[in-house]
Amino acid sequence: MEDEFEGTFDTEGVIKKFMFVNRKAPYGTIYALESLETVLISAAFEQDTSVAFVDDGVYQLKKGQDTTGINMKNFSPTYRALEGYDVEKLYVEKESLEARGLTEDDLVVDVEVLSAEELSELMDEQDVVLSA
Amino acid sequence: MKFGILVNEGPFTHQASDSAYQFVKAALDKGHEVLRVFFYHDGVNNGNKLSEPQADDRNLIKLWGELAKEHKIDLVVCIAAALRRGIKDDILADGFRISGLGQLVEVGIAADRLVTFGD
Repeated sequence: MEDEFEGTFDTEGVIKKFMFVNRKAPYGTIYALESLETVLISAAFEQDTSVAFVDDGVYQLKKGQDTTGINMKNFSPTYRALEGYDVEKLYVEKESLEARGLTEDDLVVDVEVLSAEELSELMDEQDVVLSA
Repeated sequence: MKFGILVNEGPFTHQASDSAYQFVKAALDKGHEVLRVFFYHDGVNNGNKLSEPQADDRNLIKLWGELAKEHKIDLVVCIAAALRRGIKDDILADGFRISGLGQLVEVGIAADRLVTFGD
C-alpha cells in the first residue's frame, strides 16, 4: 500500500497560505503540543505559515510556565524557536488576551495583536486553516 | 473538487471520525475526489485493528478500510502520534498506512479543500 501512494501529489513549487489556529490551553490536553509539530512541518515544506492564538490558546505563549508540579514537559521555548524556521507571522486575538487579563508583555514571543474581526479577515485569506 | 480530510479524534468517544467517514462517502457519491485521509492526535486510534466494537454497533475501523479499498483512498496515520499511543504496523488495520506529518501538509497543498473533523 505504501508505495502506491507515496509522493503521488505534485506539490513542487506550490506555496499556500497555512494558518494554524490554537484554541486550547497548553496543558490538560495534547492538542497544543502536537499542533506545534505540524507548524514546524508546514514551515519545512516552505509554506506561507502563520499561527493564531485565540481563546485559552493564548496561554500557550504565557511567560514563566512552570510544569514541574504536573510532570509535563514545558514546551513553551519551542515558540521562541519558530523564528528560526521562518515562522514569523504570529497573531494573538485581542479579546482573548483581555478576557484573561494578559497583555503582549506577558508573552514569550513578539506577536501581532488583532481584533477578532481583523483575525477573521486574515483567516478568510488563507488557503488552509488547521484548528486545534 | 479535490478534498483532503483530517481526523483528529479516535472512534467511539467522539463522533468526529463518523462524521468524517460520512462526509467522505457523500463527497465520493457526488463525484468529488478524496486525495487522502490523515489521522492525527487520538485519530490514530481509527487504525487499531484490535478494536472490537459490540456486534450491533458500527465498526468504524473496518468501515474506513472497506471504503479505502473500494475507492482507493489513502488512509494515513501519523507516525509520531501513533507511536505515542501504541499504534504500530503489526496492529494496523487493513487499508491504513503509517507515515509522517509531511503527508498532512502535502495533502493541504494538493487539495482544493482540507476539511478537519475534530472537537
